[in-house]
Amino acid sequence: MPGLSALRRFGRALALASLALGYVAAAAAEPPLKVEIAFVAHARAPSPPYVIDPPPPGEGFDGARLALQENATTGAFLNQIFDLQNVELGEDENPVEAIKPLLAQGKKLFVSALPANETLALADALKAEGALLFNAGATDDFLRGAGCRSNLFHTAPSRAMLTDALFQYLAVRRWNKILLVPGPNAEDAAYADAVRASAKKFGAKIVAEKPWTFGPLARARSDAITQAEALTFSRGVDADMVVVADEAEDFGDYILYRTSEPRLVAGTQGLIPVSWHPTHTAYGAEQLQNRFVRMTKRRMRPIDYQAWIAVRAIGEAVTELRAADPQKIANTLQGPNSTLAIFKGAAASFRPWDRQLRQAILLAQPKSLVGLAPQPGFLHQRSTLDTLGVDETESACKPGKS
Amino acid sequence: MNALRLALLACLLASPAGATRLYVTNEKSNDITVIDSDTLAVTQTVKAGRRPRGVGVSPDGKLLYVCASDEDGVQVFDTTSMKLLRTLSSGPDPEQFVMNAAGDLLYIANEDNAQVTVLDVKKNQVVANVPVGVEPEGMTLSPDGSVLVNTSETTNMAHFIDAKTFARIDNVLVDKRPRYALFTPDGSKLWVSSEVGGTVSVIDAKTRQILKKLRFDVPGLTREEVQPVGMRVTADGKTVFVALGPANRVAVVDAETFEIRKYILVGQRVWHMALTPDEKYLFTANGNSNDVTVIDVAALKAIKSIPVGQAPLGVAASPN
Repeated sequence: MPGLSALRRFGRALALASLALGYVAAAAAEPPLKVEIAFVAHARAPSPPYVIDPPPPGEGFDGARLALQENATTGAFLNQIFDLQNVELGEDENPVEAIKPLLAQGKKLFVSALPANETLALADALKAEGALLFNAGATDDFLRGAGCRSNLFHTAPSRAMLTDALFQYLAVRRWNKILLVPGPNAEDAAYADAVRASAKKFGAKIVAEKPWTFGPLARARSDAITQAEALTFSRGVDADMVVVADEAEDFGDYILYRTSEPRLVAGTQGLIPVSWHPTHTAYGAEQLQNRFVRMTKRRMRPIDYQAWIAVRAIGEAVTELRAADPQKIANTLQGPNSTLAIFKGAAASFRPWDRQLRQAILLAQPKSLVGLAPQPGFLHQRSTLDTLGVDETESACKPGKS
Repeated sequence: MNALRLALLACLLASPAGATRLYVTNEKSNDITVIDSDTLAVTQTVKAGRRPRGVGVSPDGKLLYVCASDEDGVQVFDTTSMKLLRTLSSGPDPEQFVMNAAGDLLYIANEDNAQVTVLDVKKNQVVANVPVGVEPEGMTLSPDGSVLVNTSETTNMAHFIDAKTFARIDNVLVDKRPRYALFTPDGSKLWVSSEVGGTVSVIDAKTRQILKKLRFDVPGLTREEVQPVGMRVTADGKTVFVALGPANRVAVVDAETFEIRKYILVGQRVWHMALTPDEKYLFTANGNSNDVTVIDVAALKAIKSIPVGQAPLGVAASPN
């Protein structure tokens, strides 16, 4: 494994002590409670120049960093110190190996933005040590279902939540006839599965499916022959919407305005369901947007937001408990009275059956917020937020299951 | 704004009763709607700065103060001419404020920078910046003027601050997203509304212990729809009105027994409220239905809704 240790960086450790903020803790005699959190993600390879909006360095970690400052401000009044360590992995580096030194130091609170299989492996490694993992990156539904873990919380929405949000909106508009265009990758297949389930749940009809077989056109523009095929592939399909499943962002943006009949595009491009978006300013969101821009000089992205929620959730539980014991934090966050303010109106909370954060989902196009789900009129006996994603009775995550 | 409201009452008692004017800030149409409390009609609409939110009248009734949140200033209007006199430099993103009884100091919550700015309004000079929690919002002053309270929405605390030295006396943890704070007229209790927590905490002002947490179980609504924001208390200290946001209702609470006497249906997304000095009417600013509901306080009934600008948030009453 060449270069492994060179690639790993335990970078930018933050220790925001109370004194740094100019406060003097009231009960100075007592040693402060130290709350240590680690953020784990792979360093991003630089994007090719034609990517207009490349993932910025620090995506995810920056959200965690902002939340840590907020936790530290509250902590300064309560004699609590918060610390955040950034574990930035090389491309081929194994997160389970990378965090071993942290576990040896007794760290028990982890936030990750990792692919699903690595998230699961990390959760299992942490479980043996009684440590918690907050998944701020992976949207895979199986992590909330058959692959759920008692020490694994999800602040990233599941794909089911995202596509349910979109199909609630399509139901309200009565745009019921869908042409589904899945991409070639495994993530696209998973997104397409979620689309099919949501269509069924909210009464839309997938009138046709046309897998995208023309290559990543939006990124490699000069392929005239496949371009012609791409322009006609949807001809004659009587659909209201084209829903694309293209998580790699290779072709979804290419379809809008290039179909033979005029068709709207939604899904992974066009009108997108997301946890966070620069156009969202209601419910006090403007404050969070401003704080983030001020700190990072860039816009907050969904993974930043999801990491922000994870660190805030830990902070809120510590505030309530006046303790940082991971099991107590887990119990508090799953408790019936636990709420989180996440700037999307209704209070967020963790579903006790799969530890997925219930949260509203935004529906956005690049420069305009189109809607917010749950849409009015979608009701649930417990919480309208539970109209999004897999409900308790359908969940494959069973109590007692590791 | 108890100190101020009491000052207004004193003012009213000293002079023959006349029509009260209500000033409503409209966040999205960037204007102020003026309503006459006798005719319950709009008399004037005045252009304001961008995103007007917090609003209050000087103790002598002559000046109207409006937070222009997106312009980082507090605008001062002459209440007779409704002309803009000047803009005070408040610090970034002012949202709510309280004024002292003398009418010379404004205590402003600057939501974007985690501090309370104390501003001398005559000199247009910042007297002090007091660091508080993240996203300061609710501001109130004890009736004797000695204790300033600020709530911080993300830190979830009510900060008790000495109004003379600006030293922090205590910080009380409350439920999520505390938005508004109110002293009872005798100064013995502080009420704090928590928008996301869905509760109101009643705090003993001396011991700073939470005496009671009120929940609002509105029939037919889920817990998440109940988001307490603005509050007002009657001068006798017996009744507190709590605006419940997207629940579209005002809760009427017995301030002694904490019993919830009634839920009054108002417009959509009710934010802040104002009582007329004679306490005949309560006006509520309804952010999503772009109107103001007038509640008959004696009958505890909504009697009229008055269309105003877009996204009304704040409302203040003047004695003249």
